[in-house]
Amino acid sequence: MSTAITVRVPRDSAALAVGADAVAATLQAECARRGLALNLVRNGSRGLFWLEPLVEVSTSAGRVAYGPVTPEDVPGLLDAGLLQGAPHALGHGPTEQIPYLAKQERLCFARMGLTDPLSLADYEAHEGWAGLRRALAMPDAAVVDEVLQSGLRGRGGAAFPTGIKWKTVMNTPSAQKYIVCNADEGDSGTYSDRMTMEGDPYMLIEGMTIAALAVGATRGYVYVRSEYPHAIATLNDAIARAEAAGFLGSDVLGSGRAFHLQVRKAAGAYVCGEETALLESLEGKRGIVRAKPPLPAIEGLFGQPTVINNVISFASVPLILARGAAHYRDYGVGRSMGTLPIQLAGNVKRGGLVEKAFGVTLRELLYDFGGGTASGRPIKAVQVGGPLGTYVPESKWDVPLDYEAYAAFGGVVGHGGIVVHDDTADMAKLARYAMEFCAIESCGKCTPCRIGSTRGVEVIDRITANVNRPAQVKLLRDLCDTMLAGSLCAMGGMTPYPVLSALDHYPEDFGLATPDRAAA
Amino acid sequence: MSTSLAAVRAVLARRADEPGALLPILHEVQDQLGCIPADAVPEIAGALNLSRAEVHGVITYYHHFRGEPAGRHVIQVCRAEACQALGAEALLTHAERRLVCRSHASSSDGRYTLEPVFCLGLCASSPAIVIDERLHARISPAAFDRLIGALENEDAEEAAR
Repeated sequence: MSTAITVRVPRDSAALAVGADAVAATLQAECARRGLALNLVRNGSRGLFWLEPLVEVSTSAGRVAYGPVTPEDVPGLLDAGLLQGAPHALGHGPTEQIPYLAKQERLCFARMGLTDPLSLADYEAHEGWAGLRRALAMPDAAVVDEVLQSGLRGRGGAAFPTGIKWKTVMNTPSAQKYIVCNADEGDSGTYSDRMTMEGDPYMLIEGMTIAALAVGATRGYVYVRSEYPHAIATLNDAIARAEAAGFLGSDVLGSGRAFHLQVRKAAGAYVCGEETALLESLEGKRGIVRAKPPLPAIEGLFGQPTVINNVISFASVPLILARGAAHYRDYGVGRSMGTLPIQLAGNVKRGGLVEKAFGVTLRELLYDFGGGTASGRPIKAVQVGGPLGTYVPESKWDVPLDYEAYAAFGGVVGHGGIVVHDDTADMAKLARYAMEFCAIESCGKCTPCRIGSTRGVEVIDRITANVNRPAQVKLLRDLCDTMLAGSLCAMGGMTPYPVLSALDHYPEDFGLATPDRAAA
Repeated sequence: MSTSLAAVRAVLARRADEPGALLPILHEVQDQLGCIPADAVPEIAGALNLSRAEVHGVITYYHHFRGEPAGRHVIQVCRAEACQALGAEALLTHAERRLVCRSHASSSDGRYTLEPVFCLGLCASSPAIVIDERLHARISPAAFDRLIGALENEDAEEAAR
């Protein structure tokens, strides 16, 4: 009997959705039939989604990649010497040398695709728990200071300094404090939270545990959207394993300190990604936005001091603690420090996860990484920062991606989602969709969002139907101004971003005269 | 007492004391019964010391919860921007025709429920759909027809047994 060769087939949702289970089953059956010893591992995804299912074979020279692999390809691949990493039409050579991966700066996603997501041994062998162990040996205030010094800002989109949130909770006395993870990743074009929960769940657990110990919280919740069943299942499994191994529970790593973590399933309301609506939902109510102040850090879940952060914010913490704030801070530009897991999505040839230091340009992402559109047509519009983000015109594609540089031209980095549209896109239709989406998803508490979005749809309809167009365009701008300035949260307050950027940069789609393009 | 009410009471007995128990309870009830039947509302309200209006308000606020059972197969089609960029709107129109079913509704024979959804997190492999909780990405209208055809064959085989 030959020694078993290790072959990895990802278990990430995006791999499953293109047939990874069938590929894994065929590999096993075909190897058994041929009497070949196979050690099949279901890893996380590398995030190179156009190559999924991406099959990796361990060789003496490292892992060798093949993809996208269908079950029908498996016999031919084995004939060609898949298990020895031999060349094949679907082969890409050593995985780490694929340019898309080699050009990245993976800090948060360093383990992604390398490990079996649920293996505690794998996690530990790849720097896992090093941050928690160091944090346990430090005074609580020093842990919070380390996060503050790293420059980490909320990766959910609001970019508020994470360390300041933590410090506020630490300094607010209370018998019960909470840690809440906002995993209600509802933005179209984003999937880094999903990948983290499915592909490296212990990293999130470790980050939340460090937060809990630092601020003195003993209970935590991960609020995960119901559209992510695989993430929920993996996270529940990971929490149970971490608890059994002593990383969670009533005595974290023998420190005598407790942290109990639980997954809560959301129920399909986009606005629950807003932190106060999320807290209402966790309390068992309709997800209606709260007025701030009081800040959640002072009166959060069940009225108690609460750290509420995005998945990627928590997931960035273990490495910051393990390697020190300076290591993290040295990436990035200006006040945007560290790295951002950027998600290329929509009509793009090579869609996937690109983690880079802040400062990368949209043009590099769209062409060097993305390879242009999937349809082969010219890129027309690029929406950065989710459904409430601006359509960034080509004149801004060389602006370094950082929070301040984007804000300077009215753009948002958001959660790092980038959705590409080709020249068949109708920007008036997309603008109408943004208003329609806001009308459907508005929590209803404030008037600009609740009523403004419905009126917005009507006004855009009149513009495209050319009913008193010039006056309606003015009305749309007035309406957007009211929504921007008068809404209680980002739902109504940012819906004007895609609408106005579509109107400003693609007026011809609204039946208006094209201004000087160079001025766009 | 009906079997469904017994199921609701069992869920309540287990979970009513949890902090913020309403959503987990509604999820469990729907997972077991396929929907949250109207007669479950007063039971849940009573156990959590809420008004029926509050419970009804929560059920109807969230898109995920349903008051009526779904069709035999639930088909979800993502219509978020990333999927729209690769033809999700056309795919949804195609699905309505193929399934003879309007969006947000069930087909008259009760076989299908068609639900447009907003983002499945498969935005680099658009357009994406879910058939009975199984994910499928990069779906063209032809690929959609193949998947539905396979589903119909399975149903026919099961009926023949």
